[in-house]
Amino acid sequence: MSEIKEKLVVSASPHFRSKDTTAGIMRDVIIAMVPALIASAVIFGYRTLIITAVSVISCVVFEFLARKVMKRNNTVGDLSAVVTGMLLAFNLPSTMPYWMVVIGAFTAIVIAKQFFGGIGQNFVNPALIGRIVLMSSFPSQIGNFIAPFAYRDTVDAVTTATPLAQMASVYSQDNIGAAVDGAELPSLINMFLGVRAGCLGEVCIAALLIGFVYLLIRKVISPAIPLTFMGTVAVIMLIAGKGSLTFTAYQLMSGGLVLGAVFMATDYTTSPISLKGKIIYALGCGIITSLIRIFGSLPEGVSFSIIIMNILVPHIEHFTTPKPFGTVKEKKREAVE
Amino acid sequence: MAEKKSLYQEFSKGIIKENPVLRLVLGTCPTLAVTTSMESAVGMGLAASAVLICSNIVISALRKIIPQKVRIPAYIVIIAGFVTIVQMLVRAFLPQIDEMLGVYLPLIVVNCIILGRAEAFAGKNPVLLSAVDGIGMGVGFTCALLLMSGIRELLGSGSLYGFTVLPESIPPMTIFILAPGGFFVFGMLIALTNKLAERGGKPKAELKGCSACPMAATCSLVGSNDACKEETK
Repeated sequence: MSEIKEKLVVSASPHFRSKDTTAGIMRDVIIAMVPALIASAVIFGYRTLIITAVSVISCVVFEFLARKVMKRNNTVGDLSAVVTGMLLAFNLPSTMPYWMVVIGAFTAIVIAKQFFGGIGQNFVNPALIGRIVLMSSFPSQIGNFIAPFAYRDTVDAVTTATPLAQMASVYSQDNIGAAVDGAELPSLINMFLGVRAGCLGEVCIAALLIGFVYLLIRKVISPAIPLTFMGTVAVIMLIAGKGSLTFTAYQLMSGGLVLGAVFMATDYTTSPISLKGKIIYALGCGIITSLIRIFGSLPEGVSFSIIIMNILVPHIEHFTTPKPFGTVKEKKREAVE
Repeated sequence: MAEKKSLYQEFSKGIIKENPVLRLVLGTCPTLAVTTSMESAVGMGLAASAVLICSNIVISALRKIIPQKVRIPAYIVIIAGFVTIVQMLVRAFLPQIDEMLGVYLPLIVVNCIILGRAEAFAGKNPVLLSAVDGIGMGVGFTCALLLMSGIRELLGSGSLYGFTVLPESIPPMTIFILAPGGFFVFGMLIALTNKLAERGGKPKAELKGCSACPMAATCSLVGSNDACKEETK
C-alpha cells in the first residue's frame, strides 16, 4: 500500500511545467540584441555604448524604485527592464543628450509599465512609449542624425538625413518609386550592413537578422508577426513604387522596420496569442507603417503603427478566440434542433 | 439639507474635498483646453467663478418660483445672461484674454460645474449658502486650473506666467502643452487630490452605497437606489 501511495501524488493542476522562465526568455532577447549593439558601436562610436548603458541603468533603477514606492514585490530580476532599456536606446539617435534618455526611461518604466501593474500588464510597448514621448517633446534632438563613422573624423560631426527622410523629401505624386533615383542614397549593400544615418539599433540589418534567427532557433518568438509585418510593407511599397524592386528594398531596410518587426511588435504582453490574431495584428502594423511613410508628414511610422495595433490587441484577441473542439455555434445548434 | 452646515464648511469643501475639477471631474473640457498657459487659466478661472457666483445667487433666489419641470432651461437662461455680461466685459477691458480663451469663454454657458452647482446646490439652498458655495467652488476651480497650467507651462514652455524660468540650455518638453501631456497632468492631479481627500477621512472599507461616491453631492438619485436604502437601515 505504501508503495502505491508514494507514486500516487494528489496535487492541483498544472501537472506539467515548462522550464521557461521570464528571466530566461528576456536573457535570450538580450543576447539577440547584442550583434546589433556591437554593429552600432562600430558605426556610431563609443556614444552608442554610453547611451545604452544610461538607458539600461535608469530603466532598472526606475523599475526598482517604482516597485519599492508602490510596495510591490521586486521584479528587477526578471530582466524585462534591461530589455526595455536596450530597446529604448536602440530607438534613439547617437547624438541624444543623456538626460533626455533618462526621461525616456522614466516614461517607459514608470508611466507605461508600472502605473499599469508592471510586467505582463502594460497595454503598449514601454520602450516605444518612451520613444514617442521623447519624439513629441524634443523633435529636433531626436531627429539629429549624424553620418556613419563620423566619430573617426576630428572635425565636428555633420548632421545628415536618414535614407527614409531623403526619399520622403523627393517623393513625387505620380511616381513614388522614382524617389530612389532622386535622392543620393547609400548603396543597398551599405544599407544592409548599416553604413547609414539612423537610430542606434535600426541601422545594421545584418545584425538584426542574426538576432531574429537566434530568437527563432530558441523558439522565443514565432516568425508570424515579423514576416507578415515586413511582407505587408513590401507588397504595399511594391504597388506604390509601381513595381520598383530597388525602391521596395530601400523601404524594407530603411527606418526601424526590421528592428520594430523583430523585437518590438513581438512583445508577448502586447501582441495577440493565436496565429490568426498575430497575422491580423502584423497586417495592421504593416498597413499603418506604409500609409504613414507614403502619406504622413513624418518620414517613419513603425513606432506609431505598433502602438496603434498594441491598443487594438484586446479586440483582435476577442475576435480570434479559438473555438474549443467539438462545440457548435449557438445559431447552428438551434438550426439542428 | 436637514442639518445646518457652517458657512466655512460650505466654502472649504469646494477646494479639496469636493473640488469641481479634480474630485467631481466636471468641466474637463475647458480645463484641458485652457491650461497650456497660466495666463489663460487665470482668465478662465476668474470668468467661470464670476458666472458661477452670480448664477448661484440668482438661481437660489428664484428657486421657489422656477417650476420644477422647466428648471434646466431656466437655469441655462440665467447662466447665459451672466456669461454674456462677462464676455462683453472681458472683450472690452481684457481683449488679450478674450483672444486667448477664444470659444471657451462663451462655452462657459454649458460648463457642467455651473449647471451642476445650480442643480445640486443653488436650487435647494438659501441665497447666502449658495453664494458661499459658489465662491468655494470658484476658488477650487481656479486653484485646480492654476496648478495644472503651472505644471504644464513650466515643463512644456519653460516659463511661468509668461516669464521664462528654465535656462536656454534645457529645451522644454513640448508634449506637456499638447493634449497627451494635459491628460497626463490631469490624471496625476486627480490621483493626488484623492490621496489628500482620503487622508483623515473615513477608511475606504466603511464607505458603502452613495457615500462612497464622489458624485453624491451632485447626484439627484441620492438615497433612491437599493444600495442607499441598505445603508440607511
